[in-house]
Amino acid sequence: MLEYVRVFLVGGLICVLAQILIDKTAMTGARILVSYVVLGVILSGIGVYQRVVDFGGAGATVPIVGFGHALAEGTKKAVDETGLLGALTGGLTGTAAGITAAVVFAFLWSLMFKSRQK
Amino acid sequence: MNNADYKKYTTDRAKRSSCLLNSVKAFFVGGFICCIGQALFNLYLWWGADENTARTLVSVTLIFAAGLLTGIGVFDKIGKFSGAGTLVPITGFANAIAAPAIENKTEGKINGVCSKMFVMAGPVIVFGTLSSAIYGLVYYIVTKVL
Amino acid sequence: MNKLIKFDNVYVEERASVVGKTEKAGPLSAYFDMCEEDEYFGTDTWEKAESEMTHRCLNLLMSKKKLKSDDIDLICGGDLLNQCVASSFGVKESGVPYLGLYGACSTFAEGVICASTFIKAGAINRGIAHASSHFCSAEKQYRFPLEYGGQRTPTSQNTVTGCGSLLLSTAPSPIRVKDGMVGRIVDAGITDVNNMGAAMAKAAADSLTEYFALSDKKASDFDIIATGDLGREGFEICCELLGDSIVGLKDKFTDCGMLIFDLEGQDVHAGGSGCGCSAVVTAGYFLNKLYMGEINNLLLLSTGALMNPTTVFQGQSISGIAHAVHFERNSVYA
Repeated sequence: MLEYVRVFLVGGLICVLAQILIDKTAMTGARILVSYVVLGVILSGIGVYQRVVDFGGAGATVPIVGFGHALAEGTKKAVDETGLLGALTGGLTGTAAGITAAVVFAFLWSLMFKSRQK
Repeated sequence: MNNADYKKYTTDRAKRSSCLLNSVKAFFVGGFICCIGQALFNLYLWWGADENTARTLVSVTLIFAAGLLTGIGVFDKIGKFSGAGTLVPITGFANAIAAPAIENKTEGKINGVCSKMFVMAGPVIVFGTLSSAIYGLVYYIVTKVL
Repeated sequence: MNKLIKFDNVYVEERASVVGKTEKAGPLSAYFDMCEEDEYFGTDTWEKAESEMTHRCLNLLMSKKKLKSDDIDLICGGDLLNQCVASSFGVKESGVPYLGLYGACSTFAEGVICASTFIKAGAINRGIAHASSHFCSAEKQYRFPLEYGGQRTPTSQNTVTGCGSLLLSTAPSPIRVKDGMVGRIVDAGITDVNNMGAAMAKAAADSLTEYFALSDKKASDFDIIATGDLGREGFEICCELLGDSIVGLKDKFTDCGMLIFDLEGQDVHAGGSGCGCSAVVTAGYFLNKLYMGEINNLLLLSTGALMNPTTVFQGQSISGIAHAVHFERNSVYA
């Protein structure tokens, strides 16, 4: 149970920080997402984010910062294995499933649904 | 009133959404989505997946669910309520890809669905890939060259 | 100087308004001729839906007077879509000579002034002025896909789904177009796309002041003075900008964008916007009041925000414009 409290806290706080940025600054949703991904890569690169993941589990991997973490992890692994070329192949390898799923499913949804006014 | 004063005057008087209320909503919805992610993660582990596979499957499942909710017209209502609570988790990424794909289907598969799919999520992928490549270069220099 | 265009032989022979479901749920519902529950208007795209709405509105206008396309000399109208396609595709089938106008949300007054001027000059006998906007096509073009889960700020506005049209001619009828004034562009330096009211308020105040200076009229000569789509935010700014400079304005000053929706009960933030806003509120609501003799003089000030997504991304400011039209009840023919 404590595990879920940690997940909830970490995930919730990451979202709250973004909400405050949206409401208090002129930052749009797109800018928040971009900043979070880059932040994820940086924090992962300097070794901080893995500790957040160890503590918060899905609370750290589900937010888009975790996407940045996955990019960095993939890159690190690829550079370790193949050298400099890994800098080009690793990021998308580490996130391939997420990106491909988003694309494939979105194509599917576009066949099945049409846009409606609420 | 000159333009600089006018801009300040209109910005100052403009009502803003309640940041406290929005933050509370974002906290609970965002935290809840992450907990669903954790529950799925534990489920996949229990089914015998290793940690990495389980983590990837969680992303795929949430992307599927968020896209489906987008298609049936529920996600935008949740998003309106929760703000960053649904935007920041991977659900927001899935929604940002599914929404323009669905809306622009009227312009056909090539010029509509496919070309508009990344209108909003494109910057995330570009900046993410860019920063991971730079990180890879730095990591290479630090670990292999120095 | 001849900025105030006076008309002595231009009458509103007929009027028509078609709206969507959000407008139907609003307080002015009873005044509109047609309310369509289907946001697609029976078509399969938002752009076709808006054209179909325009098509229906024009057909209704002509059928009310049992007129055919051949009886109309000119249509002056516009909308918000790129290259004004909602209007041109909506007018296409009629075969009536057509001038496409773009004045952002001020297009309705622009159309009335243009058509009236053609009539005044004797170039045409009977013309139509119309303007339309559609919530979904506007969201798609200017903002986000409808299914995108984002939040809007309290100063943002809700685009009206609606088309309003007037049949103008020299045939004497109870409502007369007395005069009109083309507004000038006022750049107030606003860059926030979610605060169009602030971007247009300065232009509205400028046009109103200019109109009263040019026309020797007083606010007391009117029963209603209405801006087009400032919304609550822009309307309040406009009131503050004007202060007490126009005597007697306060109690008759209103805004179409505030009237068309229930700002508390409906989720529309600061109110309605779009070309259709002042078009349907004027054609449906105000002119009904004039026709019924509830009011005798109306000053409409259709407001527009001049921008597109490209200029916004380039960091350029959003200019405002406001055109004035004076509608008068003509008791002789009532």
